[in-house]
Parts: sequence; C-alpha cells; structure tokens
Amino acid sequence: MMAQTKPSETFVEVRDLKRVFDVSRPWLNRVIERQPKAFLKAVDGLSFDIRRGETFALVGESGSGKSTVARMAVGLLPVTAGSVLIDGVSMTDVKDSQTRQQLRKRIQMIFQDPYASLNPRWRVERIIAEPIHAFGLLKGEQVTARVGELLTLVGLHPDDGRKYPHEFSGGQRQRIAIARALASSAEFIVCDEPTSALDVSVQAQILNLMRDLQKEFGLTYLFISHNLAVVRHMADRIGVMYLGRLVEISEGKRLFSAPRHPYTRMLLDAVPDLGMTGRQRQMVAGEIPNPINPPSGCTFHPRCPLANERCKREPPAMLDGVACHAVQEGRVS
Amino acid sequence: MTEPVISVRDLRVEFVTRKGILRAIDGVSFDIMPGEVLGVVGESGAGKSVTGSAIIGLIEPPGRIAGGEIRLHGQRIDNLDPESLRRIRGRKIAMIFQDPLTSLNPLYRVGEQLVETILTHTDLGPAAARARAIELLNEVGIPAPERRIDGYPHEFSGGMRQRVVIALALCAEPDFIVADEPTTALDVSVQAQIIALIRKLCRERGTAVMLVTHDMGVIAETADRVAVMYAGRVAEIGPVRDVVKHPLHPYAKGLMGAIPTLEAEADRLVQIPGSMPRLSNIPQGCAFNPRCDRVFDRCRVERPDPDIPRFGLEGEAPLMPGHRVACHLYTRNPVENAS
Ligand SMILES: Nc1ncnc2c1ncn2[C@@H]1O[C@H](COP(=O)(O)OP(=O)(O)OP(=O)(O)O)[C@@H](O)[C@H]1O
Ligand SMILES: Nc1ncnc2c1ncn2[C@@H]1O[C@H](COP(=O)(O)OP(=O)(O)O)[C@@H](O)[C@H]1O
Ligand code: SF4
Ligand code: SF4
Ligand SMILES: [Mg+2]
Ligand SMILES: [Mg+2]
Repeated sequence: MMAQTKPSETFVEVRDLKRVFDVSRPWLNRVIERQPKAFLKAVDGLSFDIRRGETFALVGESGSGKSTVARMAVGLLPVTAGSVLIDGVSMTDVKDSQTRQQLRKRIQMIFQDPYASLNPRWRVERIIAEPIHAFGLLKGEQVTARVGELLTLVGLHPDDGRKYPHEFSGGQRQRIAIARALASSAEFIVCDEPTSALDVSVQAQILNLMRDLQKEFGLTYLFISHNLAVVRHMADRIGVMYLGRLVEISEGKRLFSAPRHPYTRMLLDAVPDLGMTGRQRQMVAGEIPNPINPPSGCTFHPRCPLANERCKREPPAMLDGVACHAVQEGRVS
Repeated sequence: MTEPVISVRDLRVEFVTRKGILRAIDGVSFDIMPGEVLGVVGESGAGKSVTGSAIIGLIEPPGRIAGGEIRLHGQRIDNLDPESLRRIRGRKIAMIFQDPLTSLNPLYRVGEQLVETILTHTDLGPAAARARAIELLNEVGIPAPERRIDGYPHEFSGGMRQRVVIALALCAEPDFIVADEPTTALDVSVQAQIIALIRKLCRERGTAVMLVTHDMGVIAETADRVAVMYAGRVAEIGPVRDVVKHPLHPYAKGLMGAIPTLEAEADRLVQIPGSMPRLSNIPQGCAFNPRCDRVFDRCRVERPDPDIPRFGLEGEAPLMPGHRVACHLYTRNPVENAS
C-alpha cells in the first residue's frame, strides 16, 4: 500500500500542452451574419513537471485554463497538441492505449462540486466500490470490508455506506469523493477546486484530511484553486496561469515572499489582508481580457505597469521560472 | 451623540414549514452608524441573508418577522404596510446582491435603468437624470461612461456589472445599503476594486452599510465593526480589529484559525469538529455547545446573550469597549468556569 517516495523523481511531465475550443456560432448563423469561425486557446503551450509525492498547484483567475489542464491531465479531454506523461506513460499518445488503461486506476480526480460528481441514485457504498469493480481489484466480502475501511479513513462511519449522497453535507460529500478516489489505490490525484464550494471550517477539515492522506500514502497532487492562501497552504510548488499560459513557476512559499512576474505581484496585492498589516498596495487595473481575442505579444500587457513596445509584439518565453521581458531584461529586480 | 441609521433589536425570523416552525434568526441586535460598515460573517446557513432581507423588508411567506424591532433613523420599519415599505426601500434603503444580474433587467439599456430609478426617487428631470447617471457610472469606475451608458447588461463583464449595480443602488442617495456577498462571484483582482469602491462611497457619503460575506479577508479590509453569526444568533460583535485579531468566542476563534492566510506558518489548520446544526435541531443553551472544546454544564442549559466580556481568559488582549460576546466563559469568574 505504501508508495515508495523518492522525492526528486519526476512523476508527471506536461510538455507544450495546448487545447483549442471551437467557439464559432452555428454554421447557419455564421453564413447569415458573415462571421468567421472563432477559436479559443484555453491552454496555449503549457509545460511543467510534478515530482512524486509532492503537491503542484495551479492558480489563476476564472477562465485562465486551470480546469482545462486538469481534464487533459487525467485524460477526460483530448489534447490539441503536446503531451502528458505519467510515470513515463503517455496519456495522449494513442499507440500507448494498453499501458494507459493500466495507468488509469492510478489516477483519480476530485471536483469542486461534490453534488454533481456523485451519482444521486447510488448508495455511497456502491459509489466508492465503483473503481474497485471497474478495475477488478477485489471481490465479494472483500469489497464491503474495503469500503468500510475507506469510509473510516476519510472520517466517516462504515454504516454511512448504506446512505445516499443527499443525506450528507457538502463537506461529507467531498469526503466520499476522496474515499472513491482512494478506492483504486490511486497515486496521482487531480483536485480541481476541491474546497471552493465549502465553508472555511469545512474547508479546513478537508485540507487537513488531504494532507494526512498524502503523508500516509505518498500521494502526488495536482491541486487547482483560485484562492492564493489555500494554494500557499497546500503546495510544494506553484504555477501561476494567465490566459492559458504559465507566467511563473516557483517553490511554494517563495512565490509569496518574492513574487517576480508583474501578474503574480498584482494577484498577491489584490488578496484581502486578513492580517490587517495595513500594507500599501498597488490598485489593480482592469480585468482579464476576452480569451477569444487575446492581446498581442505578452497577453498581460494591457494591465501591466511595466509593458513596453516589445511586450506588445513578442510573447515572452518561460526562462528560469518566469515569462516576462521586464524580468529578463533586468528592468525589475 | 449621533443616532444610528439602522437599529435592530432582538430580531426573530421564522419559517413555517411542514416540519413545524423553524426559527432562522433568534434574537439578533445591532446598530449601524452613519458612514459605518458593519460586516456580517458566518458560515452558510448562519442567517446572514435572512437578517439582511428582514431589514429590507423582503421576508416573504412562509417566512415572517416573529419578533423584535427594526428602526431606520429611530422610526420602526418592521411593521409598515407594503406601500410605505416600498417607498422606503427605493429611497432610503438600497441593496446589492451577489449576482448582479438579479438587479439588472437584461432587456433594458443600463442607462434606461439608472435614469428610471433616478426619476422615481429624486426631483431631477430627464436630461438632468441622464447627466446624473453618467456621473454615477463615472464615480463607480466605468470607463467612457457617456458611451457605455447605452450598452445592455450582457455587454459588461461581471465586475463592470457589479459596478453598475452599485451605481443603481446609489441613484436615490440612500442612507443605508445592504450588500449581500457583493464580491463572492468575482475574481480577486476585481473583488479588491469593488471593496475599495464600497469603502470610499461609504466614507464620502456617510452611507451606512451592512456587508454580508463569508470572506473574513473582505471584512478585515472593509468593515469598521463585525458581527459573527452562528445558528441564527450573534456570537460575537465588535470593532473589526479586535474581533479579527483577538476573537474571544470559541467559535470565532476556530473560524479565524481555520482560514489559510498569506502569512501563517501553521502546518495544519484549526479544525472545528462537526458542522452547524440544522434549524430543526438547534441545541439547547449555547447553540455551539456540542462542538465547543470549552463547554461546561451551564452551556447546555442556559443560553448566553451577547454581553460585554467581564473576564478575559489568560493571555488574551485587554477587553475593548463595544466588544460583545455571547459565551458563558466571559460572564463568570474564570475560576468558576474551570470547575
Ligand atoms: N468546452 C468548452 N468549449 C468552449 N470553451 C471552453 C470550454 N471549456 C472551457 N472553455 C474556455 O476555456 C477557457 C479556460 O477555461 P477553464 O474552465 O479551464 O478555466 P478555469 O481556469 O478553470 O476557470 P475557473 O476558475 O472559472 O474554473 C475559458 O475561456 C473557457 O470559457
Ligand atoms: N424560504 C425559506 N424557507 C425555510 N428556511 C429558510 C428560507 N430561507 C432561509 N431559510 C433558512 O434560514 C437559515 C439562514 O439562511 P441564510 O440567511 O440564507 O443563511 P446565510 O446567508 O448566512 O448563508 C438557513 O438555515 C436557511 O435554510
Ligand atoms: S512581458 Fe512586458 S507586459 Fe508582459 S508582464 Fe512582462 S513587462 Fe509586463
Ligand atoms: S457558552 Fe459554553 S459552549 Fe458556548 S461557546 Fe461559550 S464555552 Fe462554548
Ligand atoms: Mg475551473
Ligand atoms: Mg446568504
């Protein structure tokens, strides 16, 4: 059961990942209104690694492409280009489908909305046992015992297996979703806003549980959230997304003590200050632009206090953990 | 001495359901002064929105105000007839909700909605009303307002729509605004802009604001005072600095510790066991007692009312005026409590 944790070993490799959505109006409307086809680059060339046993977080505002990355990482959404390798097996290459099938049970996903992700007509025991049956892991009595064990593990009672999802609160339902994710002894769990729908006290319970389970089983997490404080609490390393691209990748706490990209700085400045330190902040200007028609060059340039002519023309490459001309030219520390 | 704009005393709100009468609000009291922002926090179901609706006069059957008083500038408004209430609601009291689309009509241009509200509630004529609408849009930070005023709501982004709703709320120059989760649906960068806007307007105009949110950070930045609600009651109320930095009520303490911050070094978050009780099943005595790690006999029988804390617990900050806590730990000698 215990995974052997070799901390520096790369477990997930994401390379040049792209996803384009066709967001054109229906064909007839286009013809009548003489509109061209429209495409939206939800994810536009993303690369990062996740080491075995660590938590890698993606943060960014709504529409930055976090969920799209998550769905591609677990194979729920086909990629447009690029690759996702998990433990050396490609999730994107069709030729690999045999080995990929074997890998499936080692990957699970937890969603923001535990209401939507649990079948309301199934008893909890059946929900949790589903991956066990799907992968033919155990039979008969053993399944019941395992389900009871999993329920206990996430802080519920084995008898709760007889109940239906609607009989539980939001936090308890998220516990059920976690139990199901653990049922196939998954090693890599993609968590898309797992606590965003929960109250803070319930969120604390779930985040603590997720950390305990990670320690116990050596789990690797891809953790997605728009909440910077939550991400800081959970992540070993963090990637900041803006309009489908990574703008900065940093070791967890360092992102907060020494943010480098202007967008990261802006995001940090915008977080309401619970500590009431009275810190001076630069007021944020503007909002995320329309992703169908993103700005040229560095897509952050209309909101960036450091933008110059080059920024408007040339998209900055990711160098040494940050994608910004001003940083690379030494215009900022 | 200045009079409070809004004064709520011992408010009780009930819902009549098949399962019996559910008391959603049970004995809530507070005042809000001119220019003051009272933050109301608590977990979902704590009664924040129902309290706001009661003040605005929007509780509808099967709900009813079952007791207490609500006063606006000293005058009771909880027992008014629907017509007088509607007049007050437009002119003296305004509201801002989480979803800007509930306040905006998608079929009308933004300008039409602003102008109509201004015409209804002020003495301005049509031309002056339009000029005033443009001025308001400018004030809430809509760029090129003379052009945007003729746009439809769907042509605005979420953050811009919420600004329009705030402009709409300001049309009649109300004395009091209820803002229920006004930034919850917005991204942090936009949220910060809206918070700053509410804060500024309130200071400049002397408007009293009840800001409902479950986000402690928003409260810390915006509010002057804060009320922490639990199970339809006020657990703690006081100046925002005191309550956020030195919460006294065990629930408020747990709540603060549960929130991850950008500064904390803690490896684990504070965990409050269990969850908030259902309305049909509120414990006797202190509503928090089954989850409280300081519970003692008296808590299970006698309900604590918000009161000036008589005794600080060891190691806690000196007690501040205006800080009230509904917890027996602070009404009796700590030595007695220990027993
Ligand atoms: N199936 C789809 N068809 C068309 N566009 C899509 C689809 N799924 C996502 N998008 C678009 O792709 C972009 C990225 O969306 P995504 O859901 O990944 O964002 P996100 O970062 O998860 O945002 P949020 O914080 O709101 O969850 C958005 O502009 C979104 O509208
Ligand atoms: N129309 C209604 N009928 C029955 N119960 C209601 C109704 N509206 C609200 N409640 C109950 O009143 C309590 C307080 O609700 P609310 O004020 O919306 O909470 P909050 O805004 O703090 O999340 C909840 O238990 C809720 O279920
Ligand atoms: S590349 Fe230019 S516009 Fe983009 S973040 Fe850096 S300085 Fe700003
Ligand atoms: S009154 Fe008793 S149960 Fe309630 S919060 Fe205080 S110590 Fe805890
Ligand atoms: Mg998402
Ligand atoms: Mg509410």
